[in-house]
Amino acid sequence: KIEPLKVTVDFLKVPLGLKKPPLKEALAALPGKPKSHVPERRKSRRSDAMDNESQYSGYSYKSGHSRSSRKHRDRRERHRSKSRDGTRGDKSVTIQAPGEPLLDNESTRGDERDDNWGETTTVVTGTSEHSISHDDLTRIAKDMEDSAHLDCSRHLGVALGAALALLAFLTPLAFLLLPQLLWREELEPCGTPCEGLFISVAFKLLILLLGSWALFFRRPKAFLPRVFVFRALLMVLVFLLVVSYWLFYGVRILDSRDRNYRAVVQFAVSLVDALLFVHYLAVVLLELRQLQPQFTLKAVRSADGASRFYNVGHLSIQRAAVWILENYYHDFPVYNPALLNLPKSVLSKKMSGFKVYSLGEENSTNNSTGQSRAVIAAAARRRDNSHNEFYYEEAEHERRVRKRRARLVVAVEEAFTHIKRLQEEDQKNPREVMDPREAAQAIFASMARAMQKYLRTTKQQPYHTMESILQHLEFCITHDMTPKAFLERYLTAGPTIQYHKDRWLAKQWTLVSEEPVTNGLKDGVVFVLKRQDFSLVVSTKKIPFFKLSEEFVDPKSHKFIMRLQSETSV
Amino acid sequence: SYLISFSFQQRIEIHKLRQGDNLILGFSIGGGIDQDPTQNPFSEDKTDKGIYVTRVTGGGPAEVAGLQVGDKIMQVNGWDMTMVTHDQARKRLTKRNEEVVRLLVTRQSLQKAVQQSMMS
Repeated sequence: KIEPLKVTVDFLKVPLGLKKPPLKEALAALPGKPKSHVPERRKSRRSDAMDNESQYSGYSYKSGHSRSSRKHRDRRERHRSKSRDGTRGDKSVTIQAPGEPLLDNESTRGDERDDNWGETTTVVTGTSEHSISHDDLTRIAKDMEDSAHLDCSRHLGVALGAALALLAFLTPLAFLLLPQLLWREELEPCGTPCEGLFISVAFKLLILLLGSWALFFRRPKAFLPRVFVFRALLMVLVFLLVVSYWLFYGVRILDSRDRNYRAVVQFAVSLVDALLFVHYLAVVLLELRQLQPQFTLKAVRSADGASRFYNVGHLSIQRAAVWILENYYHDFPVYNPALLNLPKSVLSKKMSGFKVYSLGEENSTNNSTGQSRAVIAAAARRRDNSHNEFYYEEAEHERRVRKRRARLVVAVEEAFTHIKRLQEEDQKNPREVMDPREAAQAIFASMARAMQKYLRTTKQQPYHTMESILQHLEFCITHDMTPKAFLERYLTAGPTIQYHKDRWLAKQWTLVSEEPVTNGLKDGVVFVLKRQDFSLVVSTKKIPFFKLSEEFVDPKSHKFIMRLQSETSV
Repeated sequence: SYLISFSFQQRIEIHKLRQGDNLILGFSIGGGIDQDPTQNPFSEDKTDKGIYVTRVTGGGPAEVAGLQVGDKIMQVNGWDMTMVTHDQARKRLTKRNEEVVRLLVTRQSLQKAVQQSMMS
């Protein structure tokens, strides 16, 4: 079994390269890691809470912060720019993960070698001048840990919520227990009604617990830049409720040592009821209010104009931003910078302009505007054939893509005919039986070249490494998919979430808005979700008010006559 | 020069031709209050449900008398034809004991009018 594998490896080593994500992307992904671990450690109750301070990117959130957090932010910024400078240019550095077979050991320097997967691929060995030493790595890691302090402010909110929840939960129990502990002998015995009330308290508390677990014990989808208003409101409400109950309890019952235990129990039950109603309010405010669609949001990607429309209910701007992002990752086709530009031959023609000579005039300021205007006017009037070139280039490109696609489809179809699922009754030599991984590797070689050429033509090759293609092939073989199902992933550019996590860049979004982000959505609100390389411009429109009127159609009116057009000769 | 469209009425007298057992007039009619007026190609107003001449056989009595395609028949022998059904119109035209029918028709005409100033 090892024999055929090795053969395949050797065969593939020669023409193909392997693209691994460059270091800067790995570094960009690293800052996310400590933060994603920290929330997982939270085990408090009612951890819904309070995402008071949070960020999408490290750079530009505008809420007030402690000086230490700003310091950490600056430090991380400086480090990032440093790392970026170090790896700019043709040489991109990759960290070789141990144990993974790298099939290409050559390093290319950005010149186009026809037979490589990616434009630039470099592999770190110990001797490369751009290798990251172990010290650097530890320094990076320590930086990331320090910046975890930023999360402290966020977790403060969570801790506060949890503490409040615990207090609210234990208060009724305390109300019930304190008289028993403090003045048990003086209490009037309270029979069946009390027992009924005890049971009801127990079950109501259990229901409250389950309800809170269902509503609040969820990993937050996002960290919002500002206070989540409804949650803050609810916490304040609970706090006031509990405090006022304690106040009354302290004055009326503890001080006066009330002997009527039944009254105390009823007091505790009323608190539990009030808490259940607060929970109901939480359900309505946090979950139900936003369900009915009120606005249509149009999200347009600034880089290439891909746009989608979404219907949302009443949300604040920051929550609407989170909603848009969730849908962005599975609706928008992945951002491919290589597909954006007009071919250079089309653009370069436009660059050559006119030289304007001034004859004898000394007034320089007048001249410059006059000159520029003359140049623009002349350029506009000049006959411009660049659209012609664009059209022919596009047609040519289309043709090339279709040709390569045809070759790919045929190659894959043929490759799939070579393997067949083993049936029970087939008597096969056990040495010839393969598991999906081996089957994938066996047929991959025949389609590799066609696949590689197709991906290069459609400029998708950075998105699919050989390993990912092999994994996908193995997946398709395991699930008895047809060649067409296997190819579905490569023939059309899918949504971003389909690709590797490195592409997601989910931690880098920044919310830019003129209005405060805790304001609700209104007709005409525009906000921008910025990322490093592009931004999503979101505009709001109110869903129109529909006035439906009723009209009754008598079924008897469904009668018809022929349209006569006779002609008679007389 | 431009065209002026106007309509004028004309009285036409048709002498029926005997063909075997029938007396024929030599034209075809369309229209009537029970017909669909929007299908009428000759009417200006598509709600007009009057009787129109749709065909004139060459050399027939109608053509000889001067009837033209597109004429709207207003009266036949004094009987009004503007508010009749198709069948009633046919009957009024093909009475067996009448040899002559006098029609009052309305005809649309286009005439070229030449501006005085363009002449000379």
